Amino acid sequence: MTVPISWYLILSAVLFVMGVAGFLFKRNIITIFMSIELMLNAVNLSFVAFSYVLRQLSGQVFVFFVMVVAAAEAAVGLAIIIVVFRNRESLNVDDIELMKF
Amino acid sequence: MSGSYHLWLIPLLPLAGAAINGLLGRTRPRSFVSAVGVGSVSLACAYAFFTFLRFPWHAGDAYVERIAPWVVAGNLQIDFSLYLDPLSAVMVAVVTGVGLLIHIYSVGYMAHDPGYYRFFSYLNLFTFFMLTLVLAGNYLLMFVGWEGVGLCSYLLIGYWFTKKSAADAGKKAFIVNRVGDFGFTLAVISIYWMVGSLEFGQVFPAVASMPKETPMSAGPLTWICLLLLMGAAGKSAQLPLYVWLPDAMEGPTPVSALIHAATMVTAGVYMVARSSVLFTHAPLAMTAVAVVGAATALFAATIGVTQTDIKRVLAYSTISQLGYMFLACGVGAFGAGIFHLMTHAFFKALLFLGAGSVIHAIAGEQDMRKMGGLRQAIPWTYGTFLAAALAIAGIFPLSGFVSKDAILWKASPLGSPSGSWLYWLVGLATAGLTAFYVFRLFFLTFHGEPRSEAAHHAHESPRVMLAPLAVLAFLSVVGGFVGWPKALGGHDRFEAFLAPVFRLAEELAPAAHAAQEHAALEIGFSLLAVGVAALGIGLAWLLYVARPRLAERSAERLGALYRLVLNKYYVDEAYNFAIVRPLVVGSTRLLWRAIDVGVIDAAVDGVAQGARNIGGSARRLQSGNIRSYAGWVLAGAVLVVSFMTFLWAK
Amino acid sequence: MDKVLFLIFAGIAVGAAANLLRSRHPIHSALSLIGVMGALAVLYLLLGAEFIAAVQVIVYAGAIMVLFVFTIMLLNAGAEVPTSGSMLARYLGIPLLALLLLQLVRLLLGQYPPDQASSFGTFVGPTEKIGRLLFTQYLLPFEVTSVLILVAVMGAVVLAGRKP
Repeated sequence: MTVPISWYLILSAVLFVMGVAGFLFKRNIITIFMSIELMLNAVNLSFVAFSYVLRQLSGQVFVFFVMVVAAAEAAVGLAIIIVVFRNRESLNVDDIELMKF
Repeated sequence: MSGSYHLWLIPLLPLAGAAINGLLGRTRPRSFVSAVGVGSVSLACAYAFFTFLRFPWHAGDAYVERIAPWVVAGNLQIDFSLYLDPLSAVMVAVVTGVGLLIHIYSVGYMAHDPGYYRFFSYLNLFTFFMLTLVLAGNYLLMFVGWEGVGLCSYLLIGYWFTKKSAADAGKKAFIVNRVGDFGFTLAVISIYWMVGSLEFGQVFPAVASMPKETPMSAGPLTWICLLLLMGAAGKSAQLPLYVWLPDAMEGPTPVSALIHAATMVTAGVYMVARSSVLFTHAPLAMTAVAVVGAATALFAATIGVTQTDIKRVLAYSTISQLGYMFLACGVGAFGAGIFHLMTHAFFKALLFLGAGSVIHAIAGEQDMRKMGGLRQAIPWTYGTFLAAALAIAGIFPLSGFVSKDAILWKASPLGSPSGSWLYWLVGLATAGLTAFYVFRLFFLTFHGEPRSEAAHHAHESPRVMLAPLAVLAFLSVVGGFVGWPKALGGHDRFEAFLAPVFRLAEELAPAAHAAQEHAALEIGFSLLAVGVAALGIGLAWLLYVARPRLAERSAERLGALYRLVLNKYYVDEAYNFAIVRPLVVGSTRLLWRAIDVGVIDAAVDGVAQGARNIGGSARRLQSGNIRSYAGWVLAGAVLVVSFMTFLWAK
Repeated sequence: MDKVLFLIFAGIAVGAAANLLRSRHPIHSALSLIGVMGALAVLYLLLGAEFIAAVQVIVYAGAIMVLFVFTIMLLNAGAEVPTSGSMLARYLGIPLLALLLLQLVRLLLGQYPPDQASSFGTFVGPTEKIGRLLFTQYLLPFEVTSVLILVAVMGAVVLAGRKP
């Protein structure tokens, strides 16, 4: 039994869309951040799938790099969230709206 | 013509005076301004007379001085050219001579006015433009002078511009003139179109060789002449464009004397005389000129009988006398018309200046009903005024008698082939009315008992004002001798002097020489005219000196008719209703509110408002809300993906 | 066999992701995310990327998510309180997301029709090859990412270490 490759890709798409949904509809900023990680994971999956289809290892190498960058980004992002929390005492993203007209 | 006469000096000297006074005069003392103002005109006058003495008049041809090319555009070539012949010489002499006297008079009359330098600057500027007008060698340069004197008239009528009636009068003069100028412009264009040039030296011979148009048809020349007549009627205040002249009395009295008696208003007569060749080729237009002149003369004289403002009476008198000049030109007696122009300049200027002296004597009062008994208080003014009044009434042997009689004779069928008994009768009636209203003015002002406080305390004017009066009085008395008619023993010297100018025109109207046979009749006509004038004077004596109450009772008995004439036949009101008000209302409601504010301003404001609205809505994008930003990003991404899907599906 | 495995773990992944969306408390979301990552690691294995699967579990689930959990604990994040935010996102977002999903699916199905399949065993290459690639062809990105991590660490320390 074999799995059609499009299934992997569609799963990746579904996970990605769910990540976007989380970004749009959740209020807690840490949850929003986690949605971003979900999006990244979905992309990783599609990279690996393509790497299999195209018979190239570059896809997996790229996944490696994506993970590294995701780690760095998570570290810095969470640090910023901590600082914002210290100033605002709130993790509600709607309360952080200083950069408006 | 040998040698150059440097005619350009004559107009340019007053222009220099105007420039100096206009630019520097404000900070200089009165003596400087007077010296420049009077000096420039006296220099121009002296130079003009000096040139005239040197000029070879017997040669017969006109002298054309081409100064510089002006318009060179394809076939159209117009130069700055000046033209000297007997006609322009007479006009220059009148303008500079009478103008000089009036400038001298103004030194005294305007002595207490704060805008002294401005007055002299404008007066000099006017002299420049008027001299340009009469010395111009082509129609376009004449038009420049034409417009220029109109401008100066506006500036000088509205000289006391802080007074609303004066400012309005200036506007009225300019606008009514504009209507006439429209006709003049069309005529100039048509002349160019017909002849291919605007220079007198080329237009007149070209027109002379054209066939004469019949009295019943209206060929191109007739139209041109009718348009010229329209321009002349505007400038010289004939029916129906005379309404600005009585209002123009708002200006200072020297202005009324110079511009609205002696010079500017005569520009129309000059223009018609200058274009004599064109007019004689269009008999229909000639008839129109004569009819307009005769009708205006009588019409204005009737109004003059009832007016109470001393200057208004003189204004209507000017209109009436200009009608005489037009009548003369209309029957082909151009020489007689110009002769009357000259004598009229003398006695009308004197009448105005004398009136100014009276007004000055009684501290600004102009209503004749408040004058009276000034004979003893201001004897010099009285004497000179009497001379002028006798002249205008046409009493033998003063200048007015000679010129008016020449016109009356030529207006009749015996004097010229285009004359008619109707013209003669109208002229005679007007003469009687003229004598009547002038002496009504005279008696009301100078005789009887003083009817107001100011009249009680009248004082004579200073010598600088009286001297010009004396000179003009002298000219009014003896001025007729240069044109003493052959019928009374003279040599018609004036008309002979002007004859070469009208030679081309009179080749078609040779009747003027037939006067010799009717000498006796001419003398009879003269006697009749003097008699009518004496009748007028006598009636004035009766009504205003002997039996003053008779005047009031007659006015009451004539009732409505009297009121109609007193209100100038309601012509101003009719114009206001039919022309002025629709224009003002149309401009306000349609052009201003609907189009300018509603469309143009609204479009501009609309663009600004639109930009503001777009900005106002667009800024809401910057909400600061992360989630809405994400939403927009998502929308964009979906757009791109859809686009790519669409492309891929193809 | 692959299909069954795939379906099970794909279902776990989607279910965990749905739970991430549904939870009110961030800690529940974090745990759901860890579940997603675990499921994804299995899927990587099905595709033959054993190195990536290992790295996923070790780095992603083991380090990054731990960081998240620690932060949640540190900040004492509580349950979400519904506030009025951007209603536009809600009303516009759902249709847009559906549209996006549809487009993607269509694209993918078109490019890779179901007959193109994967089978367990025909894998691309061993981990050793990845290592070789990293240090030869992709050496520069490798070094750059190490600098990136250094910078990120410094940034995080500076930012979070500042006392108010």
